[in-house]
Amino acid sequence: MIRIDAVTKRYDDGTVAVDRLSLEIPDHAITVLVGPSGCGKTTTLRMINRMVEPTEGSILLDGADIRQQPVNSLRRSMGYVIQNAGLFQHRTILDNIATVPRLLGWTKQKARGRAAELMARVGLDASLAKRYPYQLSGGQQQRVGVARALAADPPVLLMDEPFSAVDPVVRKGLQDELLRIQDELGKTIVFVTHDIDEAIKLGTMVAVLREGGRLAQFAPPAELLSAPADAFVEDFLGADRGIRRLSFFPSDALELATAPLVPLDADADRLAAAADAPYLLVTDADGRPLGWAEPGAPLDRDRLLDHGRPFRPGTDSLRTALDGAVLSPTGWAVAVDGDGRAVGVVSQQAVGEAIRAAHGRAGAEAKAAR
Amino acid sequence: MNVLNLVHAFFGDGAHWHGYDGIPTRLAEHIGYSLEALLIAAVIGLPVGLVTGHYGRGGNALALIATAGRALPSFGLLVLMVLWIGLGLLPVMIPLVVLAVPPILVTTYEAVRTVDPSPVDAARGMGMSEARVLFRVEVPVALPLILSGLRTAAVQIISTATIAAYVGLGGLGRYIIDGLYQRDYEKVVGGAALVAGLALVTLLLFWAAARVTVSRGVRRST
Ligand SMILES: Nc1ncnc2c1ncn2[C@@H]1O[C@H](COP(=O)(O)OP(=O)(O)OP(=O)(O)O)[C@@H](O)[C@H]1O
Ligand SMILES: [Mg+2]
Repeated sequence: MIRIDAVTKRYDDGTVAVDRLSLEIPDHAITVLVGPSGCGKTTTLRMINRMVEPTEGSILLDGADIRQQPVNSLRRSMGYVIQNAGLFQHRTILDNIATVPRLLGWTKQKARGRAAELMARVGLDASLAKRYPYQLSGGQQQRVGVARALAADPPVLLMDEPFSAVDPVVRKGLQDELLRIQDELGKTIVFVTHDIDEAIKLGTMVAVLREGGRLAQFAPPAELLSAPADAFVEDFLGADRGIRRLSFFPSDALELATAPLVPLDADADRLAAAADAPYLLVTDADGRPLGWAEPGAPLDRDRLLDHGRPFRPGTDSLRTALDGAVLSPTGWAVAVDGDGRAVGVVSQQAVGEAIRAAHGRAGAEAKAAR
Repeated sequence: MNVLNLVHAFFGDGAHWHGYDGIPTRLAEHIGYSLEALLIAAVIGLPVGLVTGHYGRGGNALALIATAGRALPSFGLLVLMVLWIGLGLLPVMIPLVVLAVPPILVTTYEAVRTVDPSPVDAARGMGMSEARVLFRVEVPVALPLILSGLRTAAVQIISTATIAAYVGLGGLGRYIIDGLYQRDYEKVVGGAALVAGLALVTLLLFWAAARVTVSRGVRRST
């Protein structure tokens, strides 16, 4: 575990970048440092690998002060990823990734073998190995940066706004990739961002810093959204935190109605059985949703209403279910299984009730925890 | 008689290809002085430029020294040195080195100082020593500029090394000075052509050296 203990950083010009910050960074989890520009996130991160030395206080790694070991061996035990990747333009992709193993004295062959493994792990095609950084897109360069940081299998990974210089679509891909890699490797990751959505998506724990490097709140993302510590945190979370909080509520408790599901080739008896439903969800022969139809009228594939975006109960959150219901022209969301087959439908009202129930449960749990 | 005819006559004269005043001898002397001066200037300029560039400090002092070095007339310095230490190779080397250090020093400093800071930060962050950061990260990227500083110095030395002849030494300057004294313009023009040719060959050698030593990743991205 990394423990930041009453650390203050005052730069030579008198700027107090971090002010008596204490944080316990849990092992095998992603801890996100988030806050407005200039609040001391980078300074805090760089004190962990001693790129910046604290003015006061100390930082402990597994109980030992980080100043006790030689600075370069400390840094080699921590992967470091920066905003614009910082690749070495004179080295090939493979040799960029092999840098730290080579520093640690591995043979060239072994280091390159390891680098090739990592390229696969971060989703880089092997054909890129011999290329130079200028021949890669920004997103690919960032993947190389992550692979390079992971090359010597360090227990700790420090990441300073690694995804903020790429476009939103690529960023989402990189975030998903990081979560997948983290599932496999279980590193202790400290991740700096100024994007609260990224913090909530990636963080197991989120530390919100305010100007002057003071800690405003340190909590899991769901708690941050449900119980912001003060007006600053609430403001920083933004307007729709209620909606975003729904991402943390599972959708498996929703009661699904199956009566309105009818296949396109349904016979009269079957249609009669569903006649009470306000709308019918018409499916194809495999059970995949095709669209909505009014009960009573004959089924006509060309006259169905669009069924909107379906959600997967259990996998998707209440936020996705609500989104499906709001976007659907009938006000009902369609639930599908892993193969895309319709398993039921649920109304806006039912989603609303589930949200109220979930809030009640979360409130009770929070009370019990206190 | 035009210049081309003079050049033709000079190189066509078989007598100019042998003996202590023959082209091979004078050329070898000239290359010898030039190499020695370049080597000394590099030994002074490169380390200072690399270290100051790496730490990004001392730029103002360097600029001052460089301007002073450039402002000193080589010939005047030669006369001064001869008056002071007498004849020999040393009073020739001093003005040549003074001439060559500024371009090497200033270009090397700028080349290293202006290397993109993020790979340097990444390199430190992954635990490279300062020397490793300099030689494995900064120098490979700064190399094209560093070579261009050496190239400028080399060409300036080659054209200025003709002054050696003023103090009784050899080199291609002999043809120019003797030619002027004897009003043998064939010799003057021939000597000048040799100096120009040597400078051209030097440019070519530096181009080849850059092709070999600069990484493809650097050549294409800058
Ligand atoms: N080397 C330095 N010397 C003096 N002041 C500095 C130095 N580095 C950072 N600061 C100041 O310390 C404060 C915190 O800087 P820091 O880079 O840690 O912020 P940050 O939260 O990472 O901001 P951003 O989101 O813009 O990257 C700022 O006020 C900054 O101006
Ligand atoms: Mg920052």
